[in-house]
Amino acid sequence: MTASDVTITEAGTPANRPLLEIRDLAITFNTSNGEVNAVRNAHFTIMPGETVAIVGESGSGKSTTALAAIGLLPANGRVSGGQILLDGEDISHAPEKRMIELRGNTIGMVPQDPMSNLNPVWKIGYQVKETLRANGRPSGPEDIAKVLSEAGLPDAHRRARQYPHEFSGGMRQRALIAIGLSCQPRLLIADEPTSALDVTVQRQILDHLEGMTSELGTAVLLITHDLGLAAERADKVVVMYRGQVVESGPSLELLQNPQHPYTKRLVESAPSLASRRIQVAKEQGVQAADLLAPAAEALTADNVLQIQDLRKVYKLRQGLGKSSDFAAVDGVTFDVLRGTTTAIVGESGSGKSTVAKMVLQLEKPTDGKILFDGVDTSLLKPSELFKFRRRVQPIFQDPYGSLDPMYNIYRTIEEPLRVHKIGNKASREKKVRELLDQVALPQSTMQRYPNELSGGQRQRVAIARALALDPEVIICDEAVSALDVLVQAQVLNLLADLQSNLGLTYLFITHDLAVVRQIADHVCVMEKGRLVETGSTDDVFDAPQQEYTQALLNAIPGAKLMLPPEVA
Amino acid sequence: MIQFILRRLLQVIPVFLGTTLLVYFMVFALPGDPIRALFGDRPPSEAVIAALRQQYNLDQPFWVQYGLFLKNLFTFNLGVDFTGQPIAATLGRVFPVTVMLAVEALVIQAVFGIGFGLIAGLRKGKIFDSTVLLASLVVIAIPIFVLGFVLQLVFGVYLGWAKPTVGTDVSWSTLLLPAFALALVSFAYVLRLTRASVIENSTADYVRTATAKGLSRPRVVMAHILRNSMIPVVTYLGASLGGLMGGAIVTEGIFNVPGVGQKLYQAILRSEGPTVVAIVSVLVLVFVIANLLVDLLYAWLDPRIRYEK
Repeated sequence: MTASDVTITEAGTPANRPLLEIRDLAITFNTSNGEVNAVRNAHFTIMPGETVAIVGESGSGKSTTALAAIGLLPANGRVSGGQILLDGEDISHAPEKRMIELRGNTIGMVPQDPMSNLNPVWKIGYQVKETLRANGRPSGPEDIAKVLSEAGLPDAHRRARQYPHEFSGGMRQRALIAIGLSCQPRLLIADEPTSALDVTVQRQILDHLEGMTSELGTAVLLITHDLGLAAERADKVVVMYRGQVVESGPSLELLQNPQHPYTKRLVESAPSLASRRIQVAKEQGVQAADLLAPAAEALTADNVLQIQDLRKVYKLRQGLGKSSDFAAVDGVTFDVLRGTTTAIVGESGSGKSTVAKMVLQLEKPTDGKILFDGVDTSLLKPSELFKFRRRVQPIFQDPYGSLDPMYNIYRTIEEPLRVHKIGNKASREKKVRELLDQVALPQSTMQRYPNELSGGQRQRVAIARALALDPEVIICDEAVSALDVLVQAQVLNLLADLQSNLGLTYLFITHDLAVVRQIADHVCVMEKGRLVETGSTDDVFDAPQQEYTQALLNAIPGAKLMLPPEVA
Repeated sequence: MIQFILRRLLQVIPVFLGTTLLVYFMVFALPGDPIRALFGDRPPSEAVIAALRQQYNLDQPFWVQYGLFLKNLFTFNLGVDFTGQPIAATLGRVFPVTVMLAVEALVIQAVFGIGFGLIAGLRKGKIFDSTVLLASLVVIAIPIFVLGFVLQLVFGVYLGWAKPTVGTDVSWSTLLLPAFALALVSFAYVLRLTRASVIENSTADYVRTATAKGLSRPRVVMAHILRNSMIPVVTYLGASLGGLMGGAIVTEGIFNVPGVGQKLYQAILRSEGPTVVAIVSVLVLVFVIANLLVDLLYAWLDPRIRYEK
């Protein structure tokens, strides 16, 4: 669906006039530190029926630009220059009354997070109904059901009577898409519409969205941080960096021949486009593969972790003392070789994080064994458990949540040393300096607090803290999922370097197969608490045995894009 | 759902027994002899005192007294107080007055608290917001007996808009001034709670989405901001009903309202165990039922909360 396919849209816009034109747009925020120019000289056009993606990392101004187009800038933000032309009409300073007319009918929106964008106290049907009613469309039960079923919600009459909390994330996003498209707008703003969803669901939702918008002739402004996804879904890609449009053009062209240095970096580090294990650590992987050959020896000698028939059953309360059993982890068995990276992948609810928690001894297994260096961890005495914790360290997903905001960085990294009574004050300070060097943070970081650091820097601090006790095994629970692609690539490289220098073993929990490809030697695929496939990363990626694994792999955005070898 | 309500009602039994026992014991343990206190400076003969003691079971040990009280309670015979009036009749006279007062106060604090709180929350940081916040702080800081007298003096005496005292003339309009005084303190809390809740919900993602759907501003405010902000406020309002009933003692004293508070105060002064316990028991019931209603209302306001069975 390129612009040339659509000659006349329903409202009679000539095909050669853009539906939306952003001209030299500048957006300013009033903050406590004075004015901040979030967007400067942004410039791009969307033709009727065309899909345009804005790509950039968080803080690049991509969402801000999109919100300005629908008049929903936060209270402290304003358009400070340029124009937003919708069908020739400048709406950058349009009165609220005009914006209310346009919203829903002419410009629809599908927001980012399906969990927080539906009002929890109203039924789904009602939230569709009020949209139809506000835009002067028929809003009877049949109309509501039609809107919902078109968005791919089966059994729409019943679904309309349910509340958001009775829906899964994917279903909620379908409901939000239904709402966004219910009044058949000519422009749909989709702000990271699938970033909160599992990859397989992501693919279904995007396919459906694409089908619906091309059928209705809706132009789409897709906001995403994922270049692969943008290139796959959009006719045109606009790359934003620090509030400015640095490059724009037809998707494939831009991907194959990026001009701006930032775009080049973005293409190189897009995990969905990379196809190889990060090189430094590959050598370790080869060694590990050699060790794997005599399997019997490897079992005794080099399996640092052995997980045997691990089960975790939660009791779900059903009131009045009744409960039913729910097996979050059901008979999982695998080994982790010393000095390698084993990844556990799966969608949310597959039990992968529960495995990590049990390995860290934060949860007690219902059944099964976890052997660390051949010793059953369930038999450890409190003092031995204390020593065990020194050898197995975690890095968690959210670097915002896992660092104490009241501790400065020095205290954060030094704390484990102090707790384990290692060295004196001087030697501990020396160690902290070394650790900061290892994770490539300046030593001046010591005096700073977590809120003064970026997400990537915080995750480096979390890594430094995990390394403080010279552990043998590091459990990374979605350790890079919250980071932007470029930062993600840096952190993955850092982890790979540290592994080859210090001989670390990683157990990597992630939902992101693209990341697995870059970091892991072995992959365990989990589905609904069970291990469905294990093997070396190359085997699993090149010849997946299970249908589920294939579905996961196919769902990686941009997987099918052909790129010149020097870029990929 | 039915089972949930039944279970909650069954919980009333131990709560009821516990509170009555405690209150009965506290009245029992009050120093002084209630019969002698009745007669003041001219003590009657020992025989009269003994007879009265027997009549009110005051010659029995504590447990027997309490047991007799319970027995009478379950046969709906609350007995007579020291002036010879049936306690049941007294309760029937004073409770409607206090219920009227409390309901009127509840309505006042809900309407004004939520109304001002909503406007203040939507205009956070503007003049209206700052003024209302400051005023509510003043109201919270001043004790009710000062506020009550000031209101009585200004509106009752100087301006003459309302009768300064209620007396025997009990009606919705005469109770307006005391209800206002009673409402003032909780009103400030309702206002602040509403304001905070509105501010929090205004920036919620679903509010932005509602705006993006093309809804008008009033619709977004009513259906999405206010509706969601009511969840904590309703909980507070319900819980405050018990406080309004029991806390009316001072207000009823100032405005001479012939309600529960006044009666309870007199009964405590006279160490009239049965009257005190009877009044407190009814207050306990009111409290428990108000809380049950709040729980039900809460589930209605927030569909994520469902009481199973």
